[in-house]
Amino acid sequence: MLDKVTNILIVGVGGQGTLLTSRIIAQVAVQMGYDVKVSEIHGMAQRGGSVVSQVRYGQKVYSPIISKGEADIILAFEKIEAARWLDYLKPDGMVIINNERVNPLPVMSGKVKYPDDIHAKVAGLVPKTTVVDATEIAVNCGNARAANVVLVGMLATAIGIPADEAEKAITAIVPARALEVNLKAFREGCQLM
Amino acid sequence: MKKLLIGNEAIARGAYEAGVTVATAYPGTPSTEIVNSIAEYPDVYAEWAPNEKVALEVGAGASIAGARTLVAMKHVGVNVAADPLYSFSYTGVNGGLVIISADDPGLHSSQNEQDNRGYGRFAKIPVIEPSDSQEALDYTKLAFDISEQFDTMVMLRITMRLAHSQTMTEIGERQEVPLKPYQKNAAKYVMLPGFARGRHVEVEKSLQQLQEYAETTPLNRIEMDDPSLGIITSGVPYQYVKEAFPHASILKLGLVNPLPKELIKSFAARVEKLVVVEELEPVIEEQVKSWGIDVTGKDQFTLLGEYSAEYLKQKLNGADEPLSFGLDKEVPARPPLLCAGCPHRGVFHVLRKMRLVVAGDIGCYTLGAISPLEGMDTCICMGASIGTAMGMEKARGPEFAAKSVAVIGDSTFVHSGITGLIDVVYNGGTSTVMILDNDTTAMTGHQDHPATGLTIRKQPAPKLEIEALVRAIGVKNVRIVDPLKIDELEAVLKEELARREPSVIICKRPCVLLPGALKPEYRFYVDDELCTGCKACIRVGCTGVTFIDEEKKARLNAGCIACGLCEQVCKFDAIKRAEVQ
Repeated sequence: MLDKVTNILIVGVGGQGTLLTSRIIAQVAVQMGYDVKVSEIHGMAQRGGSVVSQVRYGQKVYSPIISKGEADIILAFEKIEAARWLDYLKPDGMVIINNERVNPLPVMSGKVKYPDDIHAKVAGLVPKTTVVDATEIAVNCGNARAANVVLVGMLATAIGIPADEAEKAITAIVPARALEVNLKAFREGCQLM
Repeated sequence: MKKLLIGNEAIARGAYEAGVTVATAYPGTPSTEIVNSIAEYPDVYAEWAPNEKVALEVGAGASIAGARTLVAMKHVGVNVAADPLYSFSYTGVNGGLVIISADDPGLHSSQNEQDNRGYGRFAKIPVIEPSDSQEALDYTKLAFDISEQFDTMVMLRITMRLAHSQTMTEIGERQEVPLKPYQKNAAKYVMLPGFARGRHVEVEKSLQQLQEYAETTPLNRIEMDDPSLGIITSGVPYQYVKEAFPHASILKLGLVNPLPKELIKSFAARVEKLVVVEELEPVIEEQVKSWGIDVTGKDQFTLLGEYSAEYLKQKLNGADEPLSFGLDKEVPARPPLLCAGCPHRGVFHVLRKMRLVVAGDIGCYTLGAISPLEGMDTCICMGASIGTAMGMEKARGPEFAAKSVAVIGDSTFVHSGITGLIDVVYNGGTSTVMILDNDTTAMTGHQDHPATGLTIRKQPAPKLEIEALVRAIGVKNVRIVDPLKIDELEAVLKEELARREPSVIICKRPCVLLPGALKPEYRFYVDDELCTGCKACIRVGCTGVTFIDEEKKARLNAGCIACGLCEQVCKFDAIKRAEVQ
């Protein structure tokens, strides 16, 4: 068992399913016998705001939150959210970005332009950056909402989580009616890394 | 069996295992999931009370009648419940009673960041603070024993970071605790001055006994390591301390009121440098200082917000801030906003258009205060809108009232808006009060309340009719409108504002997130020929409509749920309907 703590930051827009994703990853870590802590955001920020879920696992985990410069992986469901939270990444950390644009209010109202090349800037700063059209892949699997599970598949391959453990966790957490699509999306994700 | 539980679920489990049979709360982030989870245990009576004061009074009654009872609320909810809190602390309990105060350092979802450990000293009750979900479960169980042993309610003070963090938790069995016998005992439970004087003596006695208990309870423990640095801490900051200073000696306090004076003195004597790490107020630090012990704390740590391991390392070790990529400064802010199709958007669009002074209240609609709607002048606390509007009128006269409204949600009106409206009627106010009735307590995650006609377990309940209620209060002018029919809403507002009498406008439309709330038979699209790029639709601040800079046109996106608001604000009829395929 790894001695060090693994830190995964899941960032996105309220309503994109960061909570569900963090629970899947945490469940995998539980199955593998790790100590696990997950920090979630409920309440007002969920209404379309910038949200972050944090998963930490290892032999012993104290703080439920990840410090700046300590995340092993940032899983971003939306492009600018990857940039917003990038300071939490370790120097040699990895970023997986869904190539999805959700306009925040200042963009919708035309006050600010959406920085469409932001994922390229992230990739310029972080060598281990992967940008993926996860929403498109999820649509092909049967439901756009499974995009987050595509990213979980990529994460699983990236950090060496056994696929059967991850599928067991997805089966435990995802509602039965959405399970088939999610497992398909997960397997697609695994192939991408 | 070990399970990942958020702190709130662990508290619910702990209460269940402790044999609780009555649980009551008013929803409020970060406390809501506690009684929500308890409602899943069929052998516990669970309810949403109309507000926290009622919740604690129901709790007091259940305790006096012999039941182990849990009462939960957010930190500012304790202010609402403060009246029974300060007297129930005198009567003491029969069945054990634990009150949860869920504080919110960092104001993730609140109007202030008050530190409710202060209530412990003020109300003379023990305060217990867990640092993870396992402790939340264990301490909740123990709190019921302490409550019964020392004849006092016990406050379990948590913070958002405990409430909403999942950690590994060992689940146990429920202990069936029979009701304690009920006996009339007026000298204990009737707080007349003559009786209360006697009870105050008892309160001081039991506090004395708690003081002794604090010295030996397993809730407080010393983790001795390197004596060059000693840290006194409690709650989630304990976890930050363990992470930041793995070799420091620690006095971890689980019981933060009353404090174990002798234990703290002996710990202080064993370490070279003594520091208190506590978020928000220097509750522990000031008491330790008052005993003449050399200790530091708030001279280096902030009174504001949440701490972290990283913050503590920087402050105490002088560690550098980690290098920044600086990209976070390049991206636009993403504040929370009203959902596409939210009925509140219609209200705030009209209020902005009419340039009214708006006394606001607490709920999703408080988001109407921020850009681009910017339709709110005040928001103080739950239920404050109506009293605030009344006060403005009494200060500036009825002409001012003719240009102002109070805005309050259905759940908030039931919580504490009713008495404000009674004041308006009784004292000759002419306020126009808009009750935004979306048939739920939306912001906290869609809890039912008396006016939804359903209980916490979704069982039918007698429905509080808001219209009949406000008429009974004496409001003669009561109007019901659909807030997404903005012309009608504006016309009704004009009529009611012109009246020199109190009016209530009930804006009735279910929250768009409720199942089956809105099922449009058509979808919308923008006719590019007609769209002039005027951005009128953009200014309603809906996530369903985007402006395409390159084409200078508006576009409806996948987020649109065809509520029809943008169709109504478009002066060029550019937003068209199409049949749903």
